[in-house]
Amino acid sequence: MESVLSKNKMYTLTIEDNTYFCQPHETVLDTLLRENIAISYACKKGTCHSCIVCSSDILPPEAAQTGLKNTQKKHNYFLACLCHPEQDMVIKLPDQSELYTEGTVVVNKLLNRNTLLLIIAFKDAFEFNAGQFVNLQRSDGLTRSYSIANIPQESNSLEFHIRRLPNGRFSEWLHDEIKIGDTIAVSEPRGHCFYLPERSEQGLLLVGTGTGLAPLAGILTDALAQGHSGPIYLFHGSRDVEDLYRIDEMRQLVDQHENFHYIPCLSGNYVPEGFSHGRVNDIVLASLPDLKGWRVFLCGHPDMIKQMKTMTFIKGAASADIYTDAFLVTSG
Amino acid sequence: MTDTQDNAEKSLYERIGAEPAVNAAVDIFYRKVLSDHRINRFFDNVDMEKQAAKQKAFLTMAFGGPHNYTGEDMRKGHAHLVKMGLDDSHFDAVVENLGATLEELNVPQELIAEVVAICETTRNDVLGR
Repeated sequence: MESVLSKNKMYTLTIEDNTYFCQPHETVLDTLLRENIAISYACKKGTCHSCIVCSSDILPPEAAQTGLKNTQKKHNYFLACLCHPEQDMVIKLPDQSELYTEGTVVVNKLLNRNTLLLIIAFKDAFEFNAGQFVNLQRSDGLTRSYSIANIPQESNSLEFHIRRLPNGRFSEWLHDEIKIGDTIAVSEPRGHCFYLPERSEQGLLLVGTGTGLAPLAGILTDALAQGHSGPIYLFHGSRDVEDLYRIDEMRQLVDQHENFHYIPCLSGNYVPEGFSHGRVNDIVLASLPDLKGWRVFLCGHPDMIKQMKTMTFIKGAASADIYTDAFLVTSG
Repeated sequence: MTDTQDNAEKSLYERIGAEPAVNAAVDIFYRKVLSDHRINRFFDNVDMEKQAAKQKAFLTMAFGGPHNYTGEDMRKGHAHLVKMGLDDSHFDAVVENLGATLEELNVPQELIAEVVAICETTRNDVLGR
């Protein structure tokens, strides 16, 4: 409900160091466009989500969050085209420059033949939700996104799983050159693929390929720590067994939690006992034919995610309950 | 959305339940469409999330709600599908899925008939005729 008062008063919008007046009857998007601020937009009625922005300090008006995922709402994202401010607002645009914090490498060791476990420690607590990602930046400015694999309650540190990519400048640098004690710049956390402690009896389906396990491990640890009581299924897929990791740790968790199920999947020809043979997509769909009411997390290869997003939806998961983190490979 | 309207002649969009009705229908409808072998090949290469937003806009229009589609938009938006062979049978299948969705949501038959009539007004534009 919009009150008559809020529509007739002028509020200020602050973006970085600039302040703009949102005229009565204007939406935030109207003001930004009138002021020639570069912002992407299309439908102007809350359908396309192109003009999503973030409120830095206050809760945005409820109506401006219509249709967003719960995880986006939690971080005060809103649609500029639907927002009639009810008070002064500080707004962050999606492409606004980020704040970086220096961290120190405290662990770098291999998890398998091509995946590095990297742990970066900070002086102060680093606030994030398990499953989000950050940008890591080298001193020459080269930047790549990596998912966080741990939960915030553990320590003032972030854990990453870095797969060595052929000719990947950043991953090769992390694998071959970085040493314990080196510092590295880390951005603020981003992304909406994380666990919220609600509907704890809901089934959770976690599907990952390769280092897609990183965000899923964080989400899993978080869900278990928050006492999620519904069934939790983790499917981790790769071609060869040498490219999976954390297998023993996951099996230990299965022993400790009755509701947790772990299904490592191998699509290659050699499949040892205890592993499922086939593409992870096919194994998931054959194992869980009805996903009505389930919450789904898909992380890793973009093709896997695209297909599974549609399939898990057809099998009954609500579109608002499907969270994804596609790993796009930056060339070079 | 739920503001009381005093005028006796409520629009179809209001009688059907406005935006909450669209939200209730969109997943059910889109799931039916993606599961329908007569038409799901037309959706093979689309991103589900973006498509779901479009389906919401389509349902809003079909329910007689606010929209800014023109006949020309309909033609342009479906031209690549017409090239793939989109014809009356596919159009009918989509309308059928929409009708089944509304029945599932216990929308009265006379309102469903009005929705179908609105869809019909777009047939020639969608099929590029």
